[in-house]
Amino acid sequence: MAEPLLKVEGLTRYFDVSKPWLNRVIEREAKQWLTATADVSFEIARGETFALVGESGSGKSTIAKMIVGLLEPSAGRIVFDGQEMDFASGREMRALRKRFQMIFQDPFASLNPRWRVGDIIAEPIRTFGLMSGAEVGREVGRLLEVVGLGAADALKFPHEFSGGQRQRIAIARALSSKPEFIVCDEPTSALDVSVQAQILNLMRDLQDEFGLTYLLISHDLSVVRHMSNRIGVLYLGRLVEIADGRKLFSDPGHPYSRMLLDAVPDLTLSGRRRRQVEGEIPNPIDPPPGCAFHPRCPHAFDRCRAEIPQPKRRGTGEVACFAVEEGKI
Amino acid sequence: MPEPLLSVRDLVVEFPTRRGVLRAIDKVSFDIAEGEVLGMVGESGAGKSITGAAIIGLIEPPGRIAGGEIRLKGERIDSLSPETMRRVRGRRIGMVFQDPLTSLNPLYTVAQQLIETIRTHLDVSDKEARARAVALLDRVGIPAAARRIDDYPHHFSGGMRQRVVIALALCAEPELVIADEPTTALDVSVQAQIIDVLKEICAERGASVMLITHDMGVIAETADRVAVLYAGRLAEIGPVRDVIQAAEHPYTQGLMGSIPTLAQEHDRLVQIPGSMPRLNAIPPGCAFNPRCEQAFERCFRDRPEPLPRGGGRQVACWLYDRAGVAHG
Ligand SMILES: Nc1ncnc2c1ncn2[C@@H]1O[C@H](COP(=O)(O)OP(=O)(O)O)[C@@H](O)[C@H]1O
Ligand SMILES: Nc1ncnc2c1ncn2[C@@H]1O[C@H](COP(=O)(O)OP(=O)(O)O)[C@@H](O)[C@H]1O
Ligand code: SF4
Ligand code: SF4
Ligand SMILES: [Mg+2]
Ligand SMILES: [Mg+2]
Repeated sequence: MAEPLLKVEGLTRYFDVSKPWLNRVIEREAKQWLTATADVSFEIARGETFALVGESGSGKSTIAKMIVGLLEPSAGRIVFDGQEMDFASGREMRALRKRFQMIFQDPFASLNPRWRVGDIIAEPIRTFGLMSGAEVGREVGRLLEVVGLGAADALKFPHEFSGGQRQRIAIARALSSKPEFIVCDEPTSALDVSVQAQILNLMRDLQDEFGLTYLLISHDLSVVRHMSNRIGVLYLGRLVEIADGRKLFSDPGHPYSRMLLDAVPDLTLSGRRRRQVEGEIPNPIDPPPGCAFHPRCPHAFDRCRAEIPQPKRRGTGEVACFAVEEGKI
Repeated sequence: MPEPLLSVRDLVVEFPTRRGVLRAIDKVSFDIAEGEVLGMVGESGAGKSITGAAIIGLIEPPGRIAGGEIRLKGERIDSLSPETMRRVRGRRIGMVFQDPLTSLNPLYTVAQQLIETIRTHLDVSDKEARARAVALLDRVGIPAAARRIDDYPHHFSGGMRQRVVIALALCAEPELVIADEPTTALDVSVQAQIIDVLKEICAERGASVMLITHDMGVIAETADRVAVLYAGRLAEIGPVRDVIQAAEHPYTQGLMGSIPTLAQEHDRLVQIPGSMPRLNAIPPGCAFNPRCEQAFERCFRDRPEPLPRGGGRQVACWLYDRAGVAHG
């Protein structure tokens, strides 16, 4: 395999969720830590779409923020195009930042309401000193057209646009520094399905046109299946499975992946009887010992309560499960 | 044909604003039969919640029902006094909203809220009410219900809270349950559990359900019939299987094509251009005409009313009005 564009190794992030110091002293409580992301490793090849899927709180956004440099990892490494990200070096981070961008779920919150659309899109161009003078305006107009809006829209403010149009603006902004890699965190979760289809189609067109690599983050399995070459499934901050897109849906390996697939409502009216889904996601501050999925897992056995399963090869992917490892399922 | 449990005829809901009157629901008609689950879908702002709110008499003033009628078992409920309507709600119509905390009072235990609701509407003793409440909590899947019933709402997880709300909606044995996006705030694995519980428990008790959601997959698995709303108007209504597998209204067709599914691979999703108009910018004629690839002259002039298409189906689109096309 060629050198991956992005390589993530043992990525881990803790958050301090302790009560204020005084309360802790009075109530005699120790500091409390929440593990948002634990020991996550994966690679993304140039030009592919790699997806992270998981329910809320599984650590998707935390991983996204670390990769784009908005949040420092507690442990682990991020290697972009052969170069390890060094959070301590401002200059290095800045040079890297130009090469990747991020699109967020809420296009309203991510666009400054007081700026004109033209200035929003031009900001990365100016920050990185890519162009100057009238050239910037022409580039902004071109980008607006690339995402299906008009050059004249540069003079308007974000509130004059619908949710879908605002997401197009966010995409134009992300494209303006000519990045190779875009992290898309729930890019269509706030949109209606007909508008979601427009944005997903646009993302694919842009990928073909500019050879972009995507990390797509979503809780929606159908969106992930439609968009991705490979998929990582997260549960309580850990990757439980990595699989080729098609394979995950035809032959899921991890019991949690199976449960998630069973839970998706069936639009095709196949009359498929789904297995009953058990339980809810436990509190991440105090996760179950061993495999965090064991209280909900129909295949759990003694070992699952004592040890944390590590990812092991399965076909072209990886699964972190003792029952799979020992050939029990 | 037996009388429907709920009948909505030419419902109009308006919101007066400084810049004129906004018509959020514009002559919407549909029935719900006894024991039936009617799904109501549409994009955000289509008027799903307002339709539900109109039925239970909870349109916030200055918004008002400006036309049409709503009947429950033949009896009009759209013009009752607030006091009478309060009794209809709870006793005859139960409600489940997206956020369970809109239905639960954080200051009272689950037991207090269930028992109070049961005793307000049904003539039973305190002891009997408690026994019923525990049985119902157990039925909706609260583990150790007899003990958990004395907990406060915040002691329950999001999924468990929504189960409590379902118990609360059903405890006075209503004939109809209106569930507005009951699983939208929940994770997929919990969503499936809640939908199953809601469906089963209403079926057991013979309660009809109006299930409001933007999620076609949930409708497909749950509803008997589905109504598709667009810009405050009914675009299409019919048996779920027919509408999902062979949509007739161009909007429904586009909507179905735009949903990625797990079953098939699509190269590109069907794309409806533009977005639903705001209420102050609904075009004359068919509200969908700016986005419709099949629009023709008549669509820009006259508004299509739902036309019967056989098999209990109705479609509001001029493409299906043969006589009209011939004349136009
Ligand atoms: N700044 C923070 N402080 C404390 N906890 C956080 C913070 N950010 C995220 N978390 C916690 O980390 C976990 C993962 O969150 P997140 O990455 O946002 O998940 P996802 O995007 O999959 O929903 C959650 O339990 C969340 O509450
Ligand atoms: N209090 C209000 N004042 C003015 N317009 C309102 C009010 N409540 C709802 N609307 C409008 O009515 C329309 C239908 O809203 P709603 O029924 O909530 O849509 P949804 O289908 O998403 O549930 C929307 O365009 C909304 O903006
Ligand atoms: S390791 Fe054990 S508990 Fe975890 S998913 Fe596998 S079988 Fe289930
Ligand atoms: S009435 Fe005309 S514009 Fe409306 S959906 Fe039918 S063909 Fe399209
Ligand atoms: Mg997130
Ligand atoms: Mg609504």
